[in-house]
Amino acid sequence: MLPCTGRIDEALLLKAFENGADGVMVVGCLEGDCHYVNGNIRARARVERVYGILETINIGPDRIRMYNLSAGEGSKFAAYANEFVEQILELGPSPINVARTSTDGITSQEEAA
Amino acid sequence: MITGTPKPIGEILEMVEPYDKIIVAGCHGCVTVCRVGGEKEVQVLASTIRLAREAGGRKIEIKEVSLERQCDPEYVELMRPYVEDYQAVLSIACGAGIQFLAEKFTVTPLLPGINTGFLGVTERQGEWAERCQGCGDCVLHLTGGICPVTRCAKSLFHGPCGGSVQGVCEVDKDIKCGWQLIIDRLKALDQMDNYGKLKPYKGWSSARDGGPRRILREDMI
Repeated sequence: MLPCTGRIDEALLLKAFENGADGVMVVGCLEGDCHYVNGNIRARARVERVYGILETINIGPDRIRMYNLSAGEGSKFAAYANEFVEQILELGPSPINVARTSTDGITSQEEAA
Repeated sequence: MITGTPKPIGEILEMVEPYDKIIVAGCHGCVTVCRVGGEKEVQVLASTIRLAREAGGRKIEIKEVSLERQCDPEYVELMRPYVEDYQAVLSIACGAGIQFLAEKFTVTPLLPGINTGFLGVTERQGEWAERCQGCGDCVLHLTGGICPVTRCAKSLFHGPCGGSVQGVCEVDKDIKCGWQLIIDRLKALDQMDNYGKLKPYKGWSSARDGGPRRILREDMI
C-alpha cells in the first residue's frame, strides 16, 4: 500500500514491468491538492524519468502514464482506466512478455521433443 | 562531495553485453547524496539492464549490492565471498571506488556505470557545483573563502583577467567571475589587504601536476 504517489520511485515502476505488466497507470491526487504538499508532483517527475528509460530500452514510453484525480471522481477513474487499457491493448504485450512467451514456447517444444 | 552523472544506458548495455551474470554495486557515500550511485540507483539500473536484456531475448542475472563505501577496504572486502561467482562488476561509485574494487578483485572485470565529476556542493536539490580542485595548498583564508583555483576558469592568482565583464566570465555567461566574487567578498569583509598577501607564484607540485598523490599519517598506522 502506498500512502501517496510521492512514495513511488523509478525502481518500483520498473519492477512492475519486470513482473510482467504490459502497462503501468499511476494515479495521483489533483496537482495542488496533495495532502503531503508535493507528492504527486514528485511522482510525475519520476514517471517522466521512467518514460525516458523505457524509450531508451525500446519498451516504449506509452506503456506508462500518470493521471491526476480527486477521491470523489470514481466515474472519471473508470474512464481513465478504460482509456489506458485500450491504449495498452493497441500496443500489445510488452517486449518482455513477448520474449518470455517465445522462450516458454521454445522450452515447451524442447520438453515435448 | 564527489559528484557524478550516469553514463548513457546505451553505453552501459554495450559494456555488459558480453556478460550473463554481473554485480551492480552502489556506494552509500557521496554518490548516494548526489543521486547517481546509491541503493536506489542500483535498483533502477539493475531493473533497466534486466528489462533491456530480456526484451532482446537474452536474460542477465544481476546481484544488487550497495557498500557503505567503495573506497575503504573493510567494506570492499564484504564482496569478496561472492564476487568471483559473477563475470563482472558494474560499479556506480566514483572513479576512486571503481578503481579500488578493481585493485582488490583482480580476476573480475570492473565496469564504470557513472562518469565521475568534481568535488562540489549541493546548491539546491538537483544542482551541484564545483568548489575544490584539491590543489594541496589552500589559500581560502586570503581570498574570502572563495577558491581562485576552482572558481576562476584560468585558475589565476592575482585578480581577474580581461575576459571578466560585469562580473561574468568570458568562458560562459552562466559562470560568475571567480575574482570578481573574491574581491567583492574581501571588500565586504574589509579584508582587501589580503589581496596583496597572495604568493608571488603558486607551486603546483602539491596538485595533480606532481603525479598521483598520497597522504601518509604515521600516527594512524
